[in-house]
Amino acid sequence: MRAAAAQTGSFAVPARRTSTGFTAALLRKPVAIAALVVLIVLVVAAIAAPLIAPYDPIVQDTAATRQGPSWVHLLGTDSLGRDLLSRLIWGGRDSLGGVALAVAVMLVIALPVGITTAYAGGRVDRVIMSIIDIVMSVPTIIITFAALAIFANSMTAAMITVGVLASAAFARIFRSAVLATRKELFVSAATVTGLRPFQILTRHVLPHATGVVLVQTSLFAAATLGIQTGLSFLAFGPPPPAPTWGGMVADASKVLATHPWMFVPTGGVIAVATLALGLLGDGIRDANAERFTAPIRTRDLFQKPAAVDSVVPTVASPLLSVRDLSIGFGEHSGLTVVDAVSFDIAPGEIVGLVGESGSGKTVTALAVLGLLGGTGRITRGSITFDGLELVGDLRALAATRGSGIGYVSQEPITSLDPTFRVGSQLIEAVRHHDRCSRAVARRRALELLAAVKIREPERVLRSYPHEISGGMAQRVIIARALAGRPRLLIADEPTTALDVTVQAEVLTLLRTVQQETGMAILLVTHDWGVVAETCSRALVMYAGQIVESAGVDDLLDRPRHPYTRALLASNPHGARRGETLPTIGGTVPSPADWPVGCRFAARCPLAVDECRAAPIPLIEAGPARTSRCIRIDALITDTAGGRP
Amino acid sequence: MLILIARRAVMSVVLIVVSSLAIFVLMSFVPGDPALTILGEHATPEALQRLRESLGLNRPLYEQYGDWLFGLIRGDLGTSIFSGEPVAKLIGLRVGVTVSLMVGSVVVIAVFGVALGLLSAVREGWVGRVVDAVSLLGFALPGFWIAIVLVAIFAVTLRVFPATGYVPPTVSPTGWLLSLVLPVIALSIGGITIIAKQMRDSARDVLARDYIRVLRATGLSERRILLLHVLRNAAVPTTTLLGLTAVSVLSGAVFIENVFVLPGLGSLVTSATLRHDLPIVLGVGVVFAVIVIVINLLVDLAYGVLNPKARVVS
Amino acid sequence: MSAPIVAVTDLAVDFGSGRTRRRVIEGVSFEIFPGRTLALVGESGSGKTTIGMAVLGLVPAAEGSVEFDGNVIANLRARERRALGRERQVVFQDPYSSLDPTKTVGYSLLEPARAHGMDRAAARTRAFELLARVGLDAVAALRYPAQFSGGQRQRIAVARALMSSPRFLVCDEPVSALDLSVQAEVMNLLTSLQRELGLAMLFVSHDLAVVRQISDEIVVLQHGRIVERGPAETILTDPTNPYTRRLIDAAPRLDRRASTTPETEGASNAHL
Repeated sequence: MRAAAAQTGSFAVPARRTSTGFTAALLRKPVAIAALVVLIVLVVAAIAAPLIAPYDPIVQDTAATRQGPSWVHLLGTDSLGRDLLSRLIWGGRDSLGGVALAVAVMLVIALPVGITTAYAGGRVDRVIMSIIDIVMSVPTIIITFAALAIFANSMTAAMITVGVLASAAFARIFRSAVLATRKELFVSAATVTGLRPFQILTRHVLPHATGVVLVQTSLFAAATLGIQTGLSFLAFGPPPPAPTWGGMVADASKVLATHPWMFVPTGGVIAVATLALGLLGDGIRDANAERFTAPIRTRDLFQKPAAVDSVVPTVASPLLSVRDLSIGFGEHSGLTVVDAVSFDIAPGEIVGLVGESGSGKTVTALAVLGLLGGTGRITRGSITFDGLELVGDLRALAATRGSGIGYVSQEPITSLDPTFRVGSQLIEAVRHHDRCSRAVARRRALELLAAVKIREPERVLRSYPHEISGGMAQRVIIARALAGRPRLLIADEPTTALDVTVQAEVLTLLRTVQQETGMAILLVTHDWGVVAETCSRALVMYAGQIVESAGVDDLLDRPRHPYTRALLASNPHGARRGETLPTIGGTVPSPADWPVGCRFAARCPLAVDECRAAPIPLIEAGPARTSRCIRIDALITDTAGGRP
Repeated sequence: MLILIARRAVMSVVLIVVSSLAIFVLMSFVPGDPALTILGEHATPEALQRLRESLGLNRPLYEQYGDWLFGLIRGDLGTSIFSGEPVAKLIGLRVGVTVSLMVGSVVVIAVFGVALGLLSAVREGWVGRVVDAVSLLGFALPGFWIAIVLVAIFAVTLRVFPATGYVPPTVSPTGWLLSLVLPVIALSIGGITIIAKQMRDSARDVLARDYIRVLRATGLSERRILLLHVLRNAAVPTTTLLGLTAVSVLSGAVFIENVFVLPGLGSLVTSATLRHDLPIVLGVGVVFAVIVIVINLLVDLAYGVLNPKARVVS
Repeated sequence: MSAPIVAVTDLAVDFGSGRTRRRVIEGVSFEIFPGRTLALVGESGSGKTTIGMAVLGLVPAAEGSVEFDGNVIANLRARERRALGRERQVVFQDPYSSLDPTKTVGYSLLEPARAHGMDRAAARTRAFELLARVGLDAVAALRYPAQFSGGQRQRIAVARALMSSPRFLVCDEPVSALDLSVQAEVMNLLTSLQRELGLAMLFVSHDLAVVRQISDEIVVLQHGRIVERGPAETILTDPTNPYTRRLIDAAPRLDRRASTTPETEGASNAHL
């Protein structure tokens, strides 16, 4: 990392460098540091055994047999009066040396083989992979025993054998790590740039695969330590009286009844070493993952709740009514991502919930169904469906899901369980709602598929999700959502993942189903075209708040919030060759950086000091429309920000 | 499906040839004379010569290997250098012990590993922490050490189970079960922690998938989602790992049989190795290879049942 | 008219090998001239991205040829082909995986310059210029990709592509992973850079609205074959092929309103 920075380091910019280096990330983990320290201590002690061991490991002292720990013998003595600490320090040479040997052999074979096969591809890859498959099935323990039988109980021979046999599995792991990295776009970019394959390997592929190699190596070392100590426990390797960790456990087991203490330090040192290797592996894995992802900052935002709106987008007799809804993520739900959102949905209307990524639109929609994932929690507010409060009432929520409110998600293919047939998933939903027999449920499933205009319902019922197209899958999802005869359908970007022609079909289907059943739809989308063609009313979200709400014609033709206007203007529809589209400039503030006042102020051409001073409430902006802007008058007279 | 079995069968032949050949090639590097190693330094030259001939040691390596391979086809694994008994007979007497130990452990690992993993995936609190702590211990402590501690507690102190030895099921079914309890526990702890961890990770992964969210939105009960959809999907990667765990249980059995003095293949191969009795090591190697192949086949079959996508590929 | 920079003749591409081998691109030909943009348009599975990769030499052609400056790329030696990296560059769809996460932005920017033996000081100056041109602080050079948003990364990717002053740029769905407002920024950047530098561009996209802003000529693809081609405005306003017409009609538009179409009026006005 640092070497890489040093090469380009002549950028003389006086700025504090934010390090996301691998070593730095690892050193931020106390457990990993502790594991590393333990391993270093064990290795150094084994190497420096002649210097630091307090006693000779083989010299017997018949006057001091089977002692517990004392100041003279820190870890006690064995049945021949030998100092246990000294024997453990010396024994580390055999155990840790054996592990080091096996690891070295494994890496020397597995790394080149893994990298070569990943790069060679084709026939070479297939041949090497079949050899690897066979070697992986070889019973390692028996070949190791054979090596011991042949080479006069030599632990060195055994450890080399373990390393050689394990190299097959690890070559395979390293191969897939390299293959995965080679598919990354930055490797393609380097290829286009004209870098030589070897340069690409050393500069881009290997640094990326280092994490995997280190994690796997530490886990292999831990497993090998188990085998090594197990073998010396069975009296393979250096014969007595030479100290080995496994042999000392065997010694301890002989005096188990009379001197159980001996069991603690002998098993303990193996456990500590294994644990250190395993925890180091975990630490490396986490540190490696961290450096590729941006750190998530959380800040307690409870201290400044936004002003509760006195004007909210209401309707006369709402089916769904959301009031003052706030949602937090992270520890103690401290990171507010949706902030005091209120809106209503009337029976039978299609309402668009529009916003860019990070606006909180999807989170809001999921919260209505109680489907917040991960650490997400509703921190405030109320959601009533048909007069029934859903927040905090699991029973009401369960009764509403599916039968009151249906749900259609963004990715149709991943929204079906891949291990069950389409039919069984559809019938499952029907039977849950109708409590009927399988045969009746099957008939209803066929009706539902017909309702979503699927031509061969029998064939689709028998298919697995991976056997049908994305458009077909989305129809199935809609059919399943209709199984409970919901009065509101929440559709979260239902067409974003689909091709444009399929998208049009699915939107038409949603409109048709809406007319046939009279249900309401809350359509979450980022696409103004979808809003225009599908919805009668829309809510615009920005940085966790609703900033504007109006009928679609009013909203699209006469936006009353600078953000809505700017977002509409940056829509490329109808742009001519070479034309420059108006842009907003700046970026959406992340939840931790929300300002006190208007959240759009930093990017707004009309912003004045008053905008930044205090939270901006929603205000009436005309008949049946609201806007979170105190500069509407200026907006109406200003013609600079919009596109005619 | 038949293609799969046929492919595995071919693989198994290749595997046995490759692993036995590896041992034979290693033998050619042996410094010194096996006959001398067997009979010791005080043996007469005649005795040594007789042993060499009877073992075929004076013939070229490829002839020895060819003989061994042809014997294998006839079901003859040669005779023990040490006792002169047929290797096939020695193995036949002991294979039941190792297989019952292995099957018992794999069942225990599968049941407890999956249950604990699933439980800790949905219960974040203390259940998760207990599984974490036990996992760390199971990972860190060597199986043979755990075995001895189990003997000390349950056999020596509490006298609940027999400390060592094996009772064939034909003699006493309950005795057989009791004699297997401690070895199976000792063999299973490591595997349970591995499977539980994998199961927890896969279950959490599955729980975060879109289809689980959609199933919840359909109104299905959390119990049904967990036991039907999460379990089946999480079982796919877990099955692969269970196969690998079964193979490592086989290796572990070698050590555990020695601790509990069980007359299985592990103790057979250990004593044979200490006496440089290679025909036995080779024979046990063949049996282990066959067991590994059967495990792989079962994993493939289970994979096909659990994962419809894999069916299309094979 | 001057000579084309890129000429693709009867291109065919196969995927898989042996029994699983199948043709995904068949009989595709086009030319791209300096300062002009040719757009490849189609739905998923149309092969538009694959053609872009074939033009860059990232996937091999089964039949036909790709010429750069009149030289058939397949006939060039490895060294000559690598040298082409100076002349042609690429901006990928996914800004999250197109920059090496283990390298600073500065490293990624300087790499093309170093690969082609550019003077160090000159390369550094150019890197700062380009960062400023795409609207980023010079400090960005010291940061890692993870510290930038998707739109910022895409602008870095554009800057990197321009480091070696290429004459030809492949843009593979460069804005489809971006939010609307960010998308407009990147498109504006690409349009103005092309005007300033006289770049020839191959613009791969599924979005006809985006294509309109930047392309001179449009090639419509379906199942790996060309179904229609022509000047951008002609294709977009007066398509002759039924598939092209379907693509254009299917794209959601602001001027088609659910609230004003007669058949939905009753339902959508129910709450008023």
